[in-house]
Amino acid sequence: MELTGADIFVRCLADEGVEYLFGYPGGAVLHIYDALYQQDKFKHVLVRHEQAATHAADGYARCTGKPGVVLVTSGPGATNAVTGIATAYMDSIPLVVFTGQVPTPLIGNDAFQEVDSVGITRPCVKHNFLVKDVNDLAMTIKKAFYVATTGRPGPVVVDIPKDITAQKASYHYPKRVSMRSYNPVTKGHPRQIKKAIDLMLAAKRPMLYTGGGVILSRASRQLTELTRLLGYPITNTLMGLGAYPATDKQCLGMLGMHGTYEANMGMHNCDVLIAIGARFDDRVTGNIAKFCPTAKIIHIDIDPSSISKNVKVDVPIVGPVDQVLREMVKVLKEGKQEPDAAALKAWWKQIEEWRAMDCLKYDRDSDLIKPQYVLESLYEVTRGKAYVTSDVGQHQMWAAQFYKFDKPNRWINSGGLGTMGFGFPAAMGVQFAHPKETVACVTGEGSIQMCIQEMSTCLQYGLPIKIINLNNGCLGMVRQWQEFFYQGRYAMSYMESLPDFVKLAESYGHVGMQITRPEDVESALKEAFAMKDRLVFMDFLTDQTENVYPMIPAGAGLNEMILV
Amino acid sequence: MRHIISILMENEAGALSRVAGLFSARGYNIESLTVAPTEDESLSRMTLVTWGTEEVIEQITKQLNKLIDVVKLMDMYEGPHIEREMMLIKLRAVNTGRQEIKRLADIFRGRVIDVTDAIYTIEVTGTSDKLDAFVKAIAPTDIIEVVRSGVTGIARGEKSLRV
Ligand SMILES: Cc1ncc(C[n+]2csc(CCOP(=O)(O)OP(=O)(O)O)c2C)c(N)n1
Repeated sequence: MELTGADIFVRCLADEGVEYLFGYPGGAVLHIYDALYQQDKFKHVLVRHEQAATHAADGYARCTGKPGVVLVTSGPGATNAVTGIATAYMDSIPLVVFTGQVPTPLIGNDAFQEVDSVGITRPCVKHNFLVKDVNDLAMTIKKAFYVATTGRPGPVVVDIPKDITAQKASYHYPKRVSMRSYNPVTKGHPRQIKKAIDLMLAAKRPMLYTGGGVILSRASRQLTELTRLLGYPITNTLMGLGAYPATDKQCLGMLGMHGTYEANMGMHNCDVLIAIGARFDDRVTGNIAKFCPTAKIIHIDIDPSSISKNVKVDVPIVGPVDQVLREMVKVLKEGKQEPDAAALKAWWKQIEEWRAMDCLKYDRDSDLIKPQYVLESLYEVTRGKAYVTSDVGQHQMWAAQFYKFDKPNRWINSGGLGTMGFGFPAAMGVQFAHPKETVACVTGEGSIQMCIQEMSTCLQYGLPIKIINLNNGCLGMVRQWQEFFYQGRYAMSYMESLPDFVKLAESYGHVGMQITRPEDVESALKEAFAMKDRLVFMDFLTDQTENVYPMIPAGAGLNEMILV
Repeated sequence: MRHIISILMENEAGALSRVAGLFSARGYNIESLTVAPTEDESLSRMTLVTWGTEEVIEQITKQLNKLIDVVKLMDMYEGPHIEREMMLIKLRAVNTGRQEIKRLADIFRGRVIDVTDAIYTIEVTGTSDKLDAFVKAIAPTDIIEVVRSGVTGIARGEKSLRV
């Protein structure tokens, strides 16, 4: 039997096991929406802006490891989705984004709502396709899911002209697909693994530096086993938080521009650096010329182009992190060699001295609400078990510093692109994936206003997200840079005419709370989190002058932090 | 250093723009780029001349390999290879100059492929250096038009780039 392209689309998604499709209708995708209307295999979530569709799908992907799926119309639908696609691209998140396109005969004619979606998205996707024949539709969709989810994951765009969705073809969804031009590595080279282990065991001052790749590869268990076996200190990047339990004493917390003193000093002084699923981002390395001056570097990564891109490494291992770590644990357990216990003891003694600096300390006696205190309380009240999404700015750094993630896939933020507006829609995706779990969105009054319309979506679908708005009345991270590096000339970092967030939440049908005194913080959080089936917008008026410490200024090395 | 990278890619619409886009987005240099179908119509072959430090060239080949449409590639400078470029050059050729240009073309193994009473059009093939040398040997005022194909290349001996 022949099906229309629109029906084929729906069948493919059902056969792919898609649970949620995040989208927004428009002319070019009306055949598809008509087919969606007549099926019940998966749910379509109607957002209020296409950017939010991509972020929600992204949040869903980050917390489940499954691909997020998006459908938008041509032209403005596609361009609105681009920010979300780029966000996913920078953090290697598997998304499959379907964009409607004008009918094939009109392509290139500046037709109504035509943009070159394949051209516009090319630099921010892992791959993209334009479907030109309805007979290729099913295979193209299969390839899109395959490419998005294997190797180093990433977003894939499939552009589907309207006429293709009306034409008919016989339906067959391939179980498997192989592409001669795409063969991701499935195993690290045993000789390289052996070499890396020898180097690791010879270390006197070792350091494990792990990133989002560990989480993407679901290698948290293997990483934890390896780290405990070695007894080495470990630091996680912003993207890697939760891969190793933050409450464990081997964990030195986050590194980089706003990393802990002990993590950054440990990096700077180590003699063997073991980088796992991390990419030596400039926010992590500081000044590259001053980076880890005494270290030999091992780097495990699925993507060959990540290796020696920013920092030259001594022992590269290209392969999936989970497989390589499993192999390392096996080799270590079978072998007779052990780490140098005496050297390690001295190294830990040094690290404990750095840790004793207590670099995250803040004024606990202030009359104003300190943002750090809100996050500490959030951690306590949710007993460290919430899924926390965040926007971008100071609040993001404080959340990363103060919420101790013991499990992977719980900390969801835009690390690579730093997209304000990400946190709230991402929280929707998380709440859809885990309807019973506690989901908190940590944000600022700047960021939240970039996707605030999604409160309407949350009412429609009954998503009981808790919004923690650290309202300092300014674009705090911008203000901080202006204070430090522009002699306090606060150009455009103060926003006037903020809305009354309590009333705003209420007008969207939710609960709003405003908290102005430190002594009310904990009780307010308890009250809000007790409302299991309501979205609560918590507007915390916080100390405007608070800055994020430690901080590594531009051009400095990891050992040159500004401390409180 | 200068490198010649040969690429076999899926003969898909947009494949060329993925390569060109990669080079501009990452700020790599392109000296020349040629692309044409191969005997297997599902593949096209691209030859790209670029330059950079060893680290940059390594990144270029890795990034190219990462493009989903790239099936295989080879850096010609990793082994002995033959490189060729073709040039068509239109020259003012009058009076005694005609003899001289003809002689020069012979030295460079060029062929006169079109003639009028005032013009010679010559075809020369060789390495880019050789073509440069030919152009230099002609008085600039006699040169009317130069068109070069860009470099193509192939490995010597048994080694080959195929799927
Ligand atoms: C879409 C977007 N525009 C601009 C920026 C630059 N930026 C980074 S942090 C920041 C301030 C964020 O303010 P707010 O959300 O109030 O958080 P705070 O820093 O005060 O905690 C800005 C403007 C960005 N990251 N993303």
